[in-house]
Amino acid sequence: MVWIPVTNTDEQEMLKVIGVSSIDSFFEDIPPSLRLKSWNIPEGLSEIEAYQRLDSLSKKNRVDGISFVGGGFYDHYIPAVVDYLSQRGEFSTAYTPYQPESAQGTLQAIYEYQTALCRLTDMEVANASLYDGGTALFEAVMLAVRVTGRRKVRIIPGINPIYEQMLYTHTANLDLELEYGKNPEDCACVIGATPDFFGNIHDFTDIARNCHEAKALMIIHFYPIALGLMKTPGEMGADIAVGEGQCLGLPLGFGGPYLGLFTTRKEYIRKMPGRICAMTVDKQGKRGFVLTLQAREQHIRREKAMSNVCSNQALCALRALIYLCEVGKKGLIEIAQDCYSKTEYLKKKLTEFVSVINSKPTFNEFVVRLPIPAEQVVQKIKQSGVFPGIPLKSLLEHCKQQIPSKDMDGNRYGDIGDLLIAVTEKRTQKELDLLVELIRANIS
Amino acid sequence: MYPEDVRYTENHEWIGEEDGLYVVGISEYAQEQLGDVTYVELPEIGRHVRQKEPVAQVESVKAAEDIYAPVTGVIVEVNEALEGEPELINLDPYGRGWCFKMDDIDTAQYRRLMNREAYEKYLKSL
Amino acid sequence: MDLIYEKCNHRQAFSIPKGQIPEVSFPQELKRQHPAELPEVSELDVVRHFTHLSQRNMGIDTNFYPLGSCTMKYNPKIADVVSSFAGFTQLHPQFLYSEVYHDCIQGALELVYHLEQLLSEISGMRAVSLQPMAGAHGELTGVLMISAYHKHHNNTHKKTILIPDSAHGTNPASAAIAGFQVQEVPSNSQGTLDLDCFRKSMNDEVAGIMLTCPNTHGLFEKDIQEIAELAHKYDALLYYDGANLNAIIGQCRPGDLGFDVMHFNLHKTFATPHGMGGPGSGPVGVNERLLDFLPGPRVTKNDDHIFNLEYPKNTIGKSAPFLGHFLVAVRAYVYILMQGSEGLKEVSRKAVLNANYVLAKIRSAFPPAYDRLCMHECVLTAMPYHDFDVRALDFAKALLDRGFHAPTVYFPLTVKEALMIEPTETETKETLDQFCNTMMELAEQAKQNPDELRKAPITTPVQRLDEVKAAKELNVVHPVNTSKP
Repeated sequence: MVWIPVTNTDEQEMLKVIGVSSIDSFFEDIPPSLRLKSWNIPEGLSEIEAYQRLDSLSKKNRVDGISFVGGGFYDHYIPAVVDYLSQRGEFSTAYTPYQPESAQGTLQAIYEYQTALCRLTDMEVANASLYDGGTALFEAVMLAVRVTGRRKVRIIPGINPIYEQMLYTHTANLDLELEYGKNPEDCACVIGATPDFFGNIHDFTDIARNCHEAKALMIIHFYPIALGLMKTPGEMGADIAVGEGQCLGLPLGFGGPYLGLFTTRKEYIRKMPGRICAMTVDKQGKRGFVLTLQAREQHIRREKAMSNVCSNQALCALRALIYLCEVGKKGLIEIAQDCYSKTEYLKKKLTEFVSVINSKPTFNEFVVRLPIPAEQVVQKIKQSGVFPGIPLKSLLEHCKQQIPSKDMDGNRYGDIGDLLIAVTEKRTQKELDLLVELIRANIS
Repeated sequence: MYPEDVRYTENHEWIGEEDGLYVVGISEYAQEQLGDVTYVELPEIGRHVRQKEPVAQVESVKAAEDIYAPVTGVIVEVNEALEGEPELINLDPYGRGWCFKMDDIDTAQYRRLMNREAYEKYLKSL
Repeated sequence: MDLIYEKCNHRQAFSIPKGQIPEVSFPQELKRQHPAELPEVSELDVVRHFTHLSQRNMGIDTNFYPLGSCTMKYNPKIADVVSSFAGFTQLHPQFLYSEVYHDCIQGALELVYHLEQLLSEISGMRAVSLQPMAGAHGELTGVLMISAYHKHHNNTHKKTILIPDSAHGTNPASAAIAGFQVQEVPSNSQGTLDLDCFRKSMNDEVAGIMLTCPNTHGLFEKDIQEIAELAHKYDALLYYDGANLNAIIGQCRPGDLGFDVMHFNLHKTFATPHGMGGPGSGPVGVNERLLDFLPGPRVTKNDDHIFNLEYPKNTIGKSAPFLGHFLVAVRAYVYILMQGSEGLKEVSRKAVLNANYVLAKIRSAFPPAYDRLCMHECVLTAMPYHDFDVRALDFAKALLDRGFHAPTVYFPLTVKEALMIEPTETETKETLDQFCNTMMELAEQAKQNPDELRKAPITTPVQRLDEVKAAKELNVVHPVNTSKP
């Protein structure tokens, strides 16, 4: 049997020590009528066969196109050191640092990750990560509800429609009122995204101020790469800032695992969900790290815990940390600037013959309205080895959104011709020009 | 270990009269079970509370426990020293480690709480 | 060792291609005031820093890791290799929500479809969704389905979830965060659910019961048939916490035991790496009653072998942005394909054999909480050493000095000074013997020289840490101005 090293001789010796005659004795508590009779599981494959099977499955997917697909998940470059270092077995095969003395690598990395995230966002504290951007937003709302004791939640139009649907799903049995708007009165929180799902950059400083006057919390969803240049959640006065960390060195991977970024103010740290790592000293005064404030968590406080999360995305958080260390202070600015410049270049070229719907500055993503259905255009361009973007209507429908869907300035999205186009630092001028020509050629 | 002049609850709070007000804290047993207290969340002054309503919280590295109002009444004062020195609860649970003071209490409820002897018997039964 | 922030020396490891597109200046009023103070180090600094950090960790690859309840079995390396195929890692998830791209994701959809089928077959459930991103997230998704089911049937009075006192903390926390009241049911003197108390707790208001089986005492709930009957009599749904599936895989199936809904922990039963605490993956399985409530979309296959999507009639919505932790699912898939039918049955048989072997070898020094054979893990107690002032924690720390990761300690909460040992099926008898011998030596030392034991660990990068200081001072972020120049 693969990976099971117990030999027949071992088995006999062990049974003798235990004092039973057969392994069947261990299963005697299972009522005989409920034992497995048969099942339809195939016989095991050898490693060679399994490799070949998976290889052929992976090749049924198409990843060869020059990609302009985004929608909250981006094709950024992953520096080689990220894979190389994060794949070390001492990281990947360890578990939650319950014994801190034998997990200082994990704990110091989490502390450094928390630090990186706070420096990136200008927020005061970060947790050790949550599953993804959508669940981070859900947990942010739960924190705001705990802090304020209020049940009303206002969403500024334009957050990722996938996250919006996840928020509805996760709060379905709670007595919360979710509605669109930016008026914080009687609200636990107001949620805004910048850049928003359609690429628009917003400054929420005034709305955050209104929130504080109304004793509501401002939740800002951010895009970490954009923070190389953009005004930060902390500068705008966010009380909680959350985001998706996929862009920080995680592969697209058809949906995960990703990384839920969660930051807030220090005054809310005891009501924050998830693990937190703190610096301390050992018996001899030597610096070390431990998980702290665990009394908030489910393994101690059970039904009164701040959240039900048990795991974090430690290995993904490690990748994000290695990414941020590798690109560094200047590299992040360069990447953000490059995304912005290339997007402006593409936007300018496209506006020569199609309309861009965004009315605000955008970071690395924007929406064009094509004169014919976007799906038709994608269908054609895809044959030429380019994935030109996301047809918005279909995506919004999959997320049960009303169509048209609006942003906070009232622009409408979701027309059959709307295509969401994203640009990263990986795209070259030649590729941008190619996209322009392909769109031009395929809309007439 | 367990002073004579205060009364006790099954949840290990103590309450005693002092200058016309009623002082509340947690018992020696409770502080020992918790271990080193690292944080205390105190109630709002002026709050009307009912008996057995959770009003404050004590936290250690391995536990977090609610402190319940031993009787119905109004919170009139809290021990602000605990914010900087939560360890006072461990060091001096009946003295400098008190948590809050109450007024306008239900004195009938107060009289029905355990005295020292009853509480020590109760502890033995745990 | 230094923090990476203390190594900052104004170097730049990475830069992007130059001179491609003229720079367009970012709108001034939307700019951040100061750049983020990220490290400025060379690439070799980065490599050495993280290599050194890794060396301050114990993992399955380096040490025996008998952490009870966590199933720390060997993580096959083939799973890492196949999950890093470009056709998986570079695949954009938004293709899922645009039919026009569906021809680009047929391999991924086929994998999801087939893995969901395999998990259904393994569990005896009618259908499985890979969406939930971890075990606790699977619990939450399952409880949300229970809630949706009762709402659909106008069972508005059903507000309570029953949970045994031995359950993992995630069970009550998941039920609470989904809006239910939690009622605890005690264990009996045999370590299983107290059936009398359970009967008394059952009433019309109970929406569901969450059980772990075998439970966290490492014991099979032998009254499971009666529990299921009683639950269903009151139209309450029975939830199976798959944390301990490794003990019964291939022997019996939650669906056949009467469970209506469950989650799997792919990182436990199917050996995907635990990654220092995540990512996990917590697919949910349901029987007929909850089929229409599963998260959507679901993958379907048509007669031409084309894979498509559909949404269950009364779907609760989306648990995850797409189809869950896909790259974790790829690993579990290859694990199941390679184990095959006979291999999976051997998993539980050998996991249980190993646990009982450890129990038999050390029970004279560490008595079991319940005096009977165990399943995949044994729960012992360090109470005999209480009089020497040696605790379960001291044994845990002493094991670190001797090259073993510690068992789970102080859980389940129902057992005093608990030591919870789960050896898993992937360890050799030699390793188990070394571990057992070490435990026996430590037991002797606890009596002869308790002071020495309480000093442990001394060979680890740090000794016992001051958790009180950590909680009081809350140094959770390194301040900018203390970086070395």
